[in-house]
Amino acid sequence: MTDSALIAKFAVRQGDDALVLGHRLSEWTSRSPFLEEDLALTNVALDFVGRARMFYQYAATLTGGDANEDTFAYTRDAREFSNLLICELPRGDFAFTICRQYLYDAFALPFMQALMKSSDQQLAAIAAKAEKETKYHVRRDTDWMLRLGDGTEESQGRMQKALDDLWGYTGELFDVDDVDRALIAEGIVPDVSLLRDQWLETVSDTIARANLELPQADWKAAGGRDGIHTESLGFLLAELQSVQRAYPGLKW
Amino acid sequence: MNDNVVALPDEHKFQARIDAEEKIEPKDWMPEGYRKNLIRQMSQHAHSEVVGEQPEGNWITRAPSLERKAILLAKVQDEAGHGLYLYSAAETLGATRDEMIEALHEGKAKYASIFNYPSLTWADIGAIGWLVDSAAIVNQVSLQNTSYGPYARAMIRICKEESFHQRQGYHIMMTLMDGSDEQKAMAQDAINRWWWPAMMMFGPHDGESAHSAQSMKWKIKRRSNDDLRQQWVDQAVQQAHAIGLEVPDDDLTWNEERGHYDFGPIDWDEFNRVIAGDGPCNRQRLAHHKKAHDDGAWVREAMSAYDAKRRAKSSAA
Ligand SMILES: [Fe+2]
Ligand SMILES: [Fe+2]
Ligand SMILES: [Fe+2]
Repeated sequence: MTDSALIAKFAVRQGDDALVLGHRLSEWTSRSPFLEEDLALTNVALDFVGRARMFYQYAATLTGGDANEDTFAYTRDAREFSNLLICELPRGDFAFTICRQYLYDAFALPFMQALMKSSDQQLAAIAAKAEKETKYHVRRDTDWMLRLGDGTEESQGRMQKALDDLWGYTGELFDVDDVDRALIAEGIVPDVSLLRDQWLETVSDTIARANLELPQADWKAAGGRDGIHTESLGFLLAELQSVQRAYPGLKW
Repeated sequence: MNDNVVALPDEHKFQARIDAEEKIEPKDWMPEGYRKNLIRQMSQHAHSEVVGEQPEGNWITRAPSLERKAILLAKVQDEAGHGLYLYSAAETLGATRDEMIEALHEGKAKYASIFNYPSLTWADIGAIGWLVDSAAIVNQVSLQNTSYGPYARAMIRICKEESFHQRQGYHIMMTLMDGSDEQKAMAQDAINRWWWPAMMMFGPHDGESAHSAQSMKWKIKRRSNDDLRQQWVDQAVQQAHAIGLEVPDDDLTWNEERGHYDFGPIDWDEFNRVIAGDGPCNRQRLAHHKKAHDDGAWVREAMSAYDAKRRAKSSAA
């Protein structure tokens, strides 16, 4: 693969992560525990949709032809989607949504900070914007981790269960494959496997402060980057793509 | 509360302030009826913003392009924000948000009846933004001059955001009318279904409106229902025709003499049915709001428990 094909592939992966996670967040709109939180979750969903658009748009310029942000989002099937599994898991209860978001954002922060140093100007610029948002997201998520972990017995129980259910999906955040290795070698993308220790330290600290226990799971689910997803992604895409699929090729 | 009753200015003084276009502020004396009327209207307005998230939220996950999805998310986020401004403004009158939400769940407080209609196709998102938000704007612009200060200021803030809502809705309709036959049919079907409910948003005719006369006297309301409705019809008809949409009203004609459109009779039976709770989606809308509220109870409890623990810690330290 040429460099630009590799970069496009990387950008689509990032776009997929952001779109699918943004979709799950947007499912909360009008369903949040209270109005301020409804506004906040909708706002964070918008951040992720915005991030997906930036990555897809860049991938489209690299790919050329008829590709645009919507062809990536609306015309590929689940097997072609390359998001991490943690992003697609159904939204669950509020504890699950918060834990997922925290575990992901705590990874996204050092990741975007490293990507800001990319030799690729465009990726660095997208990362800079994402990093700003992520700082706010992590602060928000951390507040919620503490409040719900150290709230009532019920909230603590829900949070612990969510953490335990999610833990096996965090390993995939740090996987590196051939696409990554080629780009890492050229200083275009960071080596995510090197971010794991820092992430674990941050996350362990928050979990302890939240009166929760660090899961000791030895299971790991992976496959998202290769299009091997959970069964839920097909339904997510059926919904997301329904209008475009029913009326292909039109402008909206 | 009652110990300084003697010192209270009387209703004449209050009315004189209203007549002089002075704004009434939360700490000012006001007649109990004025307070009640305002709480009713403002909480109803707040509930409308919040319940209105549902028909539009229904299409966020299915928006047909990423740009439309982002715009819709931003719009619905705005509406939630409007709900917040309005609840806060109503709270300055001594009503708590919990009480207002309880009244909503018990069916004592209303919200705009338009949100009891289903959003069935993507074109409905266009029709809602264009017709419903524009009707809201016409009403809210007039309320920027309402006599209660916090309400007036909330309206000014809200109106700044509303014009974007209307434009994005109209732009959806424009794009559809520029598209395939199926898209045009979808747009026409949407206006067919939303036109009359939007007309009804302005409420009963002036003579038949339960709260109108007193609200006008107190300058809570600044313009009559019929007056606002006419303004909206005049602008909406032209916008419809400009993009090739037909208005579903056989009696619609331009009245040269009046300088306004004449329009056909409104189906007040339908209006009353929907207001009374028997519209197509009333039950779902309330159940949806209640479920979110109930599902979130443990979260709100955890928050107060956490805060209480923190307070205990800091006072022990
Ligand atoms: Fe944001
Ligand atoms: Fe609004
Ligand atoms: Fe609006």
